[in-house]
Amino acid sequence: MTEQKKSWFRRLTEGLKRSTGALSGGIGDIFTKRRLDDAALEELEDLLITSDLGVSVASKLTQFLARERFGKEISAEDVRGVLAGYLTEILAPVAKPLAIDPAHCPHVILMAGVNGAGKTTTIGKLAQQFRDQGKSVMLAAGDTFRAAAVEQLQVWGERTGCPVVTTRLGGDAAGLAFEAMTRAKAENVDVLMIDTAGRLQNRTELMEELAKIVRVIRKQDETAPHDALIVLDASTGQNAINQVKVFSEVAQLTGIVMTKLDGSARGGVLVAAAEQFGLPIHAVGVGEGVEDLRPFDAEIFARTLVGLEVEDAA
Amino acid sequence: MFESLSDRLSGVFDKLKKRGALSESDVSAAMREVRVALLEADVALPVVKDFIKQVSDKAVGHNVLKSVTPGQQVIKIVHDELIAMLGGSADQEPPASSETLSLIGVPPVAVLMVGLQGSGKTTSTAKIAKRLTEKDRKRVLMASLDTRRPAAQEQLQVLGEQIGVKTLPIIKGQMATDIAKRAMDAARLQGFDVVMLDTAGRMHVDAALMAEVVAVRDRVQPVETLLVADALTGQDAVTVAKAFDDQVGITGVVLSRMDGDGRGGAALSMRAVTGKPIRLIGTGEKPDAIEPFHATRIAGRILGMGDVVSLVEKAAETIEAEDAERMAAKMRKGQFDLDDLRSQLRQMKKMGGMKGLMSMLPGIGKLAKGASQLDDKLLGRQEAIICAMTPKERRDVRVLNASRKRRIAAGAGVSIQDVNKLLKMHQQMSGMMKKMSKMGKKGGMRGMPSLPGMGGMGGAAGLPGSMGDLMGGLGGGPQGGGLPPELEALMKKKK
Repeated sequence: MTEQKKSWFRRLTEGLKRSTGALSGGIGDIFTKRRLDDAALEELEDLLITSDLGVSVASKLTQFLARERFGKEISAEDVRGVLAGYLTEILAPVAKPLAIDPAHCPHVILMAGVNGAGKTTTIGKLAQQFRDQGKSVMLAAGDTFRAAAVEQLQVWGERTGCPVVTTRLGGDAAGLAFEAMTRAKAENVDVLMIDTAGRLQNRTELMEELAKIVRVIRKQDETAPHDALIVLDASTGQNAINQVKVFSEVAQLTGIVMTKLDGSARGGVLVAAAEQFGLPIHAVGVGEGVEDLRPFDAEIFARTLVGLEVEDAA
Repeated sequence: MFESLSDRLSGVFDKLKKRGALSESDVSAAMREVRVALLEADVALPVVKDFIKQVSDKAVGHNVLKSVTPGQQVIKIVHDELIAMLGGSADQEPPASSETLSLIGVPPVAVLMVGLQGSGKTTSTAKIAKRLTEKDRKRVLMASLDTRRPAAQEQLQVLGEQIGVKTLPIIKGQMATDIAKRAMDAARLQGFDVVMLDTAGRMHVDAALMAEVVAVRDRVQPVETLLVADALTGQDAVTVAKAFDDQVGITGVVLSRMDGDGRGGAALSMRAVTGKPIRLIGTGEKPDAIEPFHATRIAGRILGMGDVVSLVEKAAETIEAEDAERMAAKMRKGQFDLDDLRSQLRQMKKMGGMKGLMSMLPGIGKLAKGASQLDDKLLGRQEAIICAMTPKERRDVRVLNASRKRRIAAGAGVSIQDVNKLLKMHQQMSGMMKKMSKMGKKGGMRGMPSLPGMGGMGGAAGLPGSMGDLMGGLGGGPQGGGLPPELEALMKKKK
């Protein structure tokens, strides 16, 4: 157990470390034995902006720091500690792992997001994880628009041993969702995951289509979808806020998954999203392997975001 | 939503009443706002800093012209500098389609597409291949080197079938470099001009995968290596662009998802850090939704000034030329019947409805909120009312009595008040047309007859007040006085 736990902490931090190298290096440069003055605060704000925290969150954080420690000698380590504490405070309430309620039969998860965020891959990884927990899983290939999106999900279905409900290219996604709901009920599966086509949130007609998918699912089960997740790409900038906002309005999101945190993007926009919407952040993707989709941990994320070592999981 | 830069700057300069040269403190106050505007548009911080420094140097001591406010003057300087940095000049049109990519070499030449996962490489590959086939009459072969993501190769194959471009037959289990070689050999034997090589998405920090794409590059010696990047990318854009340029050596950037509502700051970041031009932008999901990059338009968008030129082009595309001529003639005579109103409503719907139009108009930061309540169904209802009338009624509204109105309301499924509202709107519009024809204005109207029409409509009772202001501002003035210079230039060109 300890062995396993250690390895996932390491995985997450390894992924995030690459993301945070530049930021933490920057903080170190500014605060190695320096008085916290206006210039230092401005540099700090700049560094936070570079990790996509956004102008308003970045200035809020620096103001917070100014109130606490202005004019005092402060080491880089201290700055990081204070910042990490503040970020953890923002993020902790929204760090909730994805939980399957066995009372639901099936537990329906709807995946939404803009094109190329990683919806299908995330479904594949989740499917494997649910299978490993001994659950029966069904997948619905609701991306009827993109070429070979159905085939992509079918490959995941074969890998994880899950049946995949499909329709033809250009078919009706809502109709497919309905059929998937019927089949999942009849076959008594534990979890049904419905993939959707990527759509930009300013495309009204595509958002209408998503709303229709949700309506159709509710016709079969009023409580479904039990989880409506948006998948955010870590490299996305401030537009991610708008994505969460509009998708929430249309599909009543219940949570966020952030992918591609294994690059140099730091996903700081999650902080702004957490502040503004309070939506649970369920998981982060830190690599291409199935085990690289990890539950979101506020403290680890916050500490790695400001470049602090994460203590070994004890 | 974003506040546009002009809104921000008007706040800064409100206190500043005096004319004359811009002082250093004026400029630095303005630059703080410019900085926030650029950062909110996701321009990378180091690029923002360089930019601010350049602009400040230019702006200090700059004389404020008599006819403009200091705020407008600063925006002009910022805008021009932004265009220059994006690789254009204010009056330079983008190159013709064949010049967007340089495909000089002994055929077949290779075009290598690289980028992060999910940046839109495969879709862009297909779009470019279609463009080269149709616009430049090239024989194009596409090949997917993505051996990692499930069904990636099939995706390109299906796209190829959809757009009528040949793809290399898939052989399972082949390595990327071998597929690349096979594609080049096949193209040579079959007489293709261009080979588009779509690669697997990869993180720029993944040394092994980056080495793979370098090996492919060395194998095929591409004439173009294009980095496909998401226009919604945040601060990471500089890191990604720099890493790909340093390690693989790119010749240009393709920005995908420019049809999103992001402000596209990534364009500036990537251009600034690599010095490589933005070649093409993806503007939609359809296979022909790819366009050359216009520095001027993107500059306006980054600053939140709207994309007026695109709006006018869209209008020009949608409005049938003959229709426009006919309507312009009628308007000059001061005749404007309900058939004309209906065709205007239809044009507005075609152009993406109210929200679509609003999104392209400048200075709507505040109004955007009003837009969310704006009901596009209103256009449909108004059209339905006109459709429920007889041709005679449409030609001459004077015949409409209470009984006819009742019939029309029932036919269109609306209330009699709705019918009356529409009639009032039409009355106001035709009144305005008459006034305008009397003024005998030049320019404006002849080139773009539907825009003044919208101006009239905005003032009418059928639409919310905020829209009225907006539309009035766009085309209401008889001289087209409220129009930005690009728009006026374009209208002159059209006529």
